[in-house]
Amino acid sequence: MSIFVNKETRLLVQGITGNEGSFHARQCIEYGTRVVAGVTPGKGGQKIDDVPVFNTVAQGVKQTGADASLIFVPPPFGADAIMEAADAGVKLIVCITEGIPIMDMVKVKKFLAAKDCRLIGPNCPGIITPDECKIGIMPGKIHKKGQVGVVSRSGTLTYEVVDQLTKLGMGQSTCIGIGGDPVNGTNFIDVLSAFQADDETQGIVMVGEIGGSAEEEAAAYINTNLTKPVVGFIAGLTAPPGRRMGHAGAIISGSSGTGAAKIKAFKDNGIHVCENLGTIGRICKDVF
Amino acid sequence: MKIHEYQAKELFRKYNVPVPEGEPVFSVEEAKAAAGKLGGFPVVVKAQIHAGGRGKGGGVKLARSIKEAETLADEILGMTLVTHQTGPEGKQVQKLLIEAGQTIEKELYLSLLVDRATASVVIMASQDGGMDIEEVAEKTPERIIKVQVDPLMGIQGYQLREVGFGLGLSGQAFKEFGKLLANLYTCFVDNDCSMLEINPLILTADDHVLALDAKVDFDSNALFRHKDLLELRDLTEEDPMEVEASKYNLNYINLDGNVGNIVNGAGLAMATMDIIKNAGATPANFMDVGGGASSEQVENAFRIILADEKVKAVLINIFGGILRCDIFAQGVVDAAKKTGLSIPVVVRMEGTNVAEGKKILADAGLNLTAAVDLSDAAEKIAAAVN
Repeated sequence: MSIFVNKETRLLVQGITGNEGSFHARQCIEYGTRVVAGVTPGKGGQKIDDVPVFNTVAQGVKQTGADASLIFVPPPFGADAIMEAADAGVKLIVCITEGIPIMDMVKVKKFLAAKDCRLIGPNCPGIITPDECKIGIMPGKIHKKGQVGVVSRSGTLTYEVVDQLTKLGMGQSTCIGIGGDPVNGTNFIDVLSAFQADDETQGIVMVGEIGGSAEEEAAAYINTNLTKPVVGFIAGLTAPPGRRMGHAGAIISGSSGTGAAKIKAFKDNGIHVCENLGTIGRICKDVF
Repeated sequence: MKIHEYQAKELFRKYNVPVPEGEPVFSVEEAKAAAGKLGGFPVVVKAQIHAGGRGKGGGVKLARSIKEAETLADEILGMTLVTHQTGPEGKQVQKLLIEAGQTIEKELYLSLLVDRATASVVIMASQDGGMDIEEVAEKTPERIIKVQVDPLMGIQGYQLREVGFGLGLSGQAFKEFGKLLANLYTCFVDNDCSMLEINPLILTADDHVLALDAKVDFDSNALFRHKDLLELRDLTEEDPMEVEASKYNLNYINLDGNVGNIVNGAGLAMATMDIIKNAGATPANFMDVGGGASSEQVENAFRIILADEKVKAVLINIFGGILRCDIFAQGVVDAAKKTGLSIPVVVRMEGTNVAEGKKILADAGLNLTAAVDLSDAAEKIAAAVN
């Protein structure tokens, strides 16, 4: 088992004819993901390798039965692409695009509330179930099939964690980057509850960062709803207040969103805290 | 992107949000003329810098005559204003806002912001204007009115009334406030603001409402559709090194430590700063070259960090996924050769083509120290500066 994606998942790539879109679509195919369709408005009828390109997501879904989408369009068109996928009945939408205006995402969230679908991201590396399905931009080969679930707000930081796990012999059930934007789709709690319900996942690594209160809410949720052990890490303990640390969502506003408050919430709720990234693999080895 | 109070007030005027009469000035002469034009006293002389807390720092003063306006303008222009938001080094004042003084009956608080937890625009208001709103929220949360606006529906009449009555307004001021808030909401949405704050919003002695202060922050991600707003950016308010880095799409923040660092990805960059601190050193910056940075970007990042005089050593931490380690290593070597490397550099690389990358660094004959993992990198960099 795994969560959200597996070897049955049929992927459609929005923005497949662009540089990034075509590069990563090929990487996904190489990893073993079933990429069944691509979409670029105006380029319908073309092919990227063996993947047919359609003008609209609705056409792509109808012709190929795609049930997941991976989005690479530029930020001004990000919200539109997400809504198009949702409207076409795609069940899992993974948006890599960084830089979508926050008001666009606020509207998208309301739009999606009435649809039966899940959004991961935006501004995220995507999701991978090792040896089955990779929907995103993460390097496939650092992953190994196993029993640790990983959820994170970051990209390369997640790779670092996964790499340490794999090197110490701990494989992963599914790894998800939920993205660094202040308003996103799937949140920590959605993923945590799915990991709890997944038989294969035995332990969970949660990687947070400064800004907002998602980690605090997740910590309270873990305390009351999870029986599986959780190792937690927070990036940005040395970040100055009021500055946006790369990710749009990584900012301490006044007294809210500090790393110290998040670490405290982790400790108060029984999460095993890792305070030095270099040791996260070893801590997981001890805890799991 | 932050703007000045006078720019925010000009924006408010466009949306019929009432503000005091006034104009920005850049010299004592202009200040004198502007004060005379207002046709009455007192006038307010307000320093225009991006940081808050200007009043307490001595950057906002009342003048009762032209002569006094002149003296105050001379005093404030060019002064280094230190507030709780500028840091101890302060900010030099280069422009002033000269404004008509008001008779204040009551000070209120009003702000709009995008609330990440509820994914909606939230209006916050309080009868305790002029104070630090965080403190009010903490000590007397019942004195804060919070209203969530559905972004698809826009602000509704009952919400305007809820805030207006909540602020204790009535009669003419209540009506004026309803219009003001509706207009402010439109201004917020039209311009992709991320935050808009009026503290204080005042009730005048003759029963009008007026934005005495104005603070606006725009969503940087939305500036592509607001070319007009880009003109409001004041580069003199920003760190010159940060301005330089932004030209190359590098996420860079200048800090006060002495360990420069270059990392790919924001989360990993923050974690790297934390590791430096953990090892007993202090980071000189935050630098995220992007998850899939090119060797060119690495080169620019390296050049910017080496130009920083307080940097005594550099830690490079790269997790190569999209960005291959060999390409990255070449970028480092090229940059180091061009700039003439004179300080120790510790490199920690992991990921795709790491063996080739390490070979390139080793063969370059430069003063580079390789680290085997993060903990090793932290120890080596701390040893280099301590």
